[in-house]
Formats: sequence, structure tokens, C-alpha cells
Amino acid sequence: MSIKSYAKAINEAHEQLLREDKRVFVIGQGVESPWCVGTTTLGLVDKFGTERVIDTPISEAGVTGAAIGAAMAGMRPIVFHPRMDFMYLAMDQIINHCAHWYYMFGGQVNVPVTIRGIINRGNEQATQHSQSPFAMYAHVPGIKVVCPSSPYDAKGLLVAAVRDDNPVLYCDDRWLYMLEEEVPDGVFEVPLGKGRLCCKGDDVTVVAISYLVREAEKAAEELKRSGISVEVIDPRTLKPLDIDIILKSVYKTGRLVVADPDWPCCSFSEHVANMVYKELFSILKAPVQCVNFPDTPIPASTPLEKAFFPDYKDIVKAIIDIVK
Amino acid sequence: MGTYSIPDSEFSIHSIDVNEMIILLRTMMRIRQFEETIADLVTDHKIITPCHLYTGQEAVSTGVCYALNKDDYLFGNHRSHGHYIAKGGDLKAAMAEIFGKATGCARGRGGSMHLCSPEVGIMGTSSIVAGSMAIAVGTALAESIRGTGRITAVFHGDGVPEEGIWHEAANLAGLKHLPIIFVCENNLYCTHMSIDKRRAYDNIPEMASAHGFSSKIIDGNNVLDVFYAARDAADKCRNGKGPIFLECRTYRWRGHVGPNYDVDLGLRNQDELNAWIARCPIKHYSKFLITQGILSETKVNSMLSAITDEINEAVNYAINSPYPNPEELKNCVFKEGKG
Repeated sequence: MSIKSYAKAINEAHEQLLREDKRVFVIGQGVESPWCVGTTTLGLVDKFGTERVIDTPISEAGVTGAAIGAAMAGMRPIVFHPRMDFMYLAMDQIINHCAHWYYMFGGQVNVPVTIRGIINRGNEQATQHSQSPFAMYAHVPGIKVVCPSSPYDAKGLLVAAVRDDNPVLYCDDRWLYMLEEEVPDGVFEVPLGKGRLCCKGDDVTVVAISYLVREAEKAAEELKRSGISVEVIDPRTLKPLDIDIILKSVYKTGRLVVADPDWPCCSFSEHVANMVYKELFSILKAPVQCVNFPDTPIPASTPLEKAFFPDYKDIVKAIIDIVK
Repeated sequence: MGTYSIPDSEFSIHSIDVNEMIILLRTMMRIRQFEETIADLVTDHKIITPCHLYTGQEAVSTGVCYALNKDDYLFGNHRSHGHYIAKGGDLKAAMAEIFGKATGCARGRGGSMHLCSPEVGIMGTSSIVAGSMAIAVGTALAESIRGTGRITAVFHGDGVPEEGIWHEAANLAGLKHLPIIFVCENNLYCTHMSIDKRRAYDNIPEMASAHGFSSKIIDGNNVLDVFYAARDAADKCRNGKGPIFLECRTYRWRGHVGPNYDVDLGLRNQDELNAWIARCPIKHYSKFLITQGILSETKVNSMLSAITDEINEAVNYAINSPYPNPEELKNCVFKEGKG
């Protein structure tokens, strides 16, 4: 164990996966750029060469398709998109092909590809450089979706994603890259489809994903002083979803806030709310609250940006609304 | 189609033995009979899945696939019955798939447009017309990283270079010198639209060359020429001299989808269709083999009769096969376990 940043954890997972499995290769735009994808690909070319760590032209669809084809041929590619916004150009490859292939051919050809959709927002980047549309992918049958919120999960989920026999969309968040914690030095997996209980509480459950997990923990800390006991759960995998850990908690608290940094309409948070209503309607003490982006494109100017992205204060407010 | 010249070549014999020449004829005849039978079954409403027939183009898939090894990869499109048969896919399993049966090559999940036979390198055909281009580049990339010598052939229509991903895939293949053959089956139509209404120039091979391919235009109705070009292309790919682009000029007799000819819809004229039917790749080639004394007319007829039996047997197999069980509807969304 040693203290590692989220970015270092991702970098280390890449390195160890490349080392342990000849089938693994990394392909995407910016591997060899001076920034090395926020340092997550730092040193990989030196260690493994340009044959297995491949920088590419800005051909999102073509490069994603190539990774999908290589996966069909038995490789374990990690293909990444420096921003999820750019990944829309590869939607046909991801949905029509990657996600549906195993089903469409009756389970004969699987596609063990890991697609890194990197979330990069803030600093007045505006709407085409700020999105995290998890729900669009979680909507599609045949692709798993994971959202690590901590350095430990960033490493363990990437290892599990690459070892999984199915397509996995791995959404890492640049706002978390500097976050540090103890992470094992060796290779380990965080199983896909298993949520994490981040902190225990009795009055309200907060299901949070991506950067809002930390914000939810902050909200829990703050509300402790007012005598409100908050339980925070990070599902980590949006699909397949560990609904049991959520239901168990809500069964205990009777209240739910879902903190999901994505647009509200047909969102992951609505899905969680629906699952909880279906199972626990009669024991809920208050309506489920969702903390999301406003249903607007994302603005550039700092004051607008601040108003746009939710943080712990929005979660605190949502909690107080249903606890009072 | 006045602006599009059609290479009208003679048959010639170059390093190919008699048995190989007969196999080429037999494969084309199998595809033709398969498709003609399907056309009848669609007309009789026995088949529901949309069938995009390949009639008239048989020389392309036959010539190309005969130059490939069993473990080389093939990718196709919505019009892939011919690709599947030529590459060695099981005929009964294809027929059962088209009937929507559990014994189908895609277990009844794919229908006519989505055929699969991984044991002969067909990893699945996509009905998104340019959808396979980059994926095919991916199998080529994988084998290039592994250094196995396995190559990839991807068949696409003349409409596909009008999609952006064709260019992305071509550039990647050219950039990395990948072992891949792009086989453009230029049948002069993309759905209802003729090529002169869709392209500013008759320049598809030039575009491929601009992306780093060695390119060639071939008479797609001459199975020997297609085979020679594909054999040469496969050799080059195996020797690190890929990628290769082959534009095979040909014609689909039937309409975009289904058994009709699209003449009734005013999409093309009867004279054009008649001219291409007169250039039938099978009729001409069998005549050539007979003239050369390689086959007799009787032998050709007995081959045809054996193929008809085989197709009928496949139809019976398909009809008598069970449908997929609706209880299995949700199976195979995800693969269980780890590889």
C-alpha cells in the first residue's frame, strides 16, 4: 500500500495490465502528447513501445471501431477518449456494434474492450468540453458502465473492466485526478456491479456517483453537526447496478437523495428513484430527491459554471428538504 | 451510367489448376442458387427478414474468398449471403438464420443481414453499411501486433466511401500498413441512388490510394481476374505490403432489397439491367470452362443439380428446425465469466 493519486492509480493499472497480459494494448488520442492524458499514460510508451501504446489521429469512430475489432480478435484493448464529449462521434461503433454484437450473433463473438470516456470540465470550457452523459450509455443493453470516484476504485475498476469479457465504459473524472488515498501496489480488482458503503447513517441515504461522491461525504460531515445522520453509497458501477446495497440502505433510512452529475431527463438518478419506488414505496418517508445538472447546455463563464455544477451545498439542501 | 466505364475483360489462365477453376464455378453457382431460392421464398412470404440479394455479383466474393485462408477474417454488410458462402460458412446454418430459427448461424438473433461463422473467420456482418470498416481494421491491427500473418478482407459497397468512417478506417490502415484488403463492390447503386447522382468524380480507388493503399480496378464479373487480384493482394498483405484496395465493378440484378428488380419503381431501366444480365459472371465463366475443355455441359448440369439438392436440403433443414425459445430472449446480453 502507498498513497497514490487517482491519476497515478489509473496509470499504474495500465502499466500492470500491459505487463501481465500480452493481449492488452492502449490506443487513443494523446498517448504521447506532452500532457499524457492528464498523466494517466505517462511512461507507457517508454516501457511498452508504440506497438502496444498507440497514439492516434482524431478519428474517434475509426479508432473506437479498431479497438472493437481487435477485441473480437481476442485482444484486450483499452481505447480512450480524452473527453466524453468527443466520444459522440463513435456512438455508432459503441452502440450498434460493440454493445449489440454478442447478442446479435447469439453469444458467439464477445467484445472485451474497455472504453475510457474521460470527463473533463470546468475552467470555462463550455458545453462541448464539459459533459458526462452516463445515462446515454447505461440506457443501452450490452455495455457495462463504471464511474470510479476514488483512487482505489480507479485502479481496481480498470483492472476488472479490462479482465471482463464484455464491453465496459470506464468514466474517469479529471476533477478527481489529484485526489489521494492508500492504494495497493499490486494488481487487484474491484468487482463490477458491487457498490460501496462510503459512510454509515440512519436518517437519509445519498446515492452518489463520480465527483459527487466526495461532495456527498462532505455534506454528510456537515450535517452531522446538525444531528442529521447521512448514509452515503457509491454504486461505482451504473450497469450492472448493485441495487441491493441501495434498497438495503433506503429500507433502513426511509429517505433517498440521488446525486448524479448529468442532466436530469431520463437520467441514472431517475432510474435509481424508479427502482426504489417500485420496491420500497410504502416505507418511504418523503419523495426521492435528485441532485443533477440543470436541464440546459453547459455555460462557460465562471459565475454561470458555478451555478451549473452541483456541489455539497446542493446535496445538503436536498437532504434538509426531506428530513425536516 | 455513361460516365462509369466498365472493364470488360477476357478470361485468362495464370497459375491456377483445373480443380481450382472448377471450385470457383461451383462456389458461384452455390451462391446463385441459394439467392434464387431465397427470392422465391420471399415472394411466397415464407421468409420475413429483409433479404438484400447478391445476384450478379457472385464473382467478387468467390474470387476474393478463394484467395483467403480459412482463418483470415472476413467482414461484410447487409448483403453478405455471398460473402458467407464463399468464405466457407455453413449453408444450412445461413438458411436457418434467414428463417429465424434457433439453428441459425446467429441463433435467430441476426436474420439475413447479420451472419456469423467465427470458425471460418466471419466475426459477424453489420447492416450499418460502413459499420464494419473500422472493426475490420481492428482485426488487422490485432494480427499485426501479434505478427501472425492472418489478414482481413472487408467487403463494402460503392456508397460506403461516402461515409466518414470509411476515410478514418482507410487512413488508419494506411498509416499502420495493416494487412487488410478493402473490397469495394461497385454495383453502381447505393439503395435507390445511382453512383453518378452521388459522387462528383469516378475516383474511389484514387481516394484509397490517397490514404496509403495500393489500388486497382477489376472487372467484378470476371472471377479469375478477381481471384488473381485478391491472391496478389493477400500475398502483399502477408508480406507487410498492405493495405490493398480492390474496386470490383459489377452489378446487382435485383433491387436494393427483396426479389424485385427496381425497374418497375423507375430506379433504373430495363436496357441497363438486360445488358448486365447478358454479362452474367456464371454463364460466361462456365462457357469459358467448356470451351477450354475443362468441363462439359453435362458436367455443369450435374453440378447444378447437386447444388440444387444441397439448397433444397438446407431449406428443409431450416423449415424443420425449431424457433428460438422466447424464454431465452434475455440470454447473451452479457457474457458470463472472464477470459
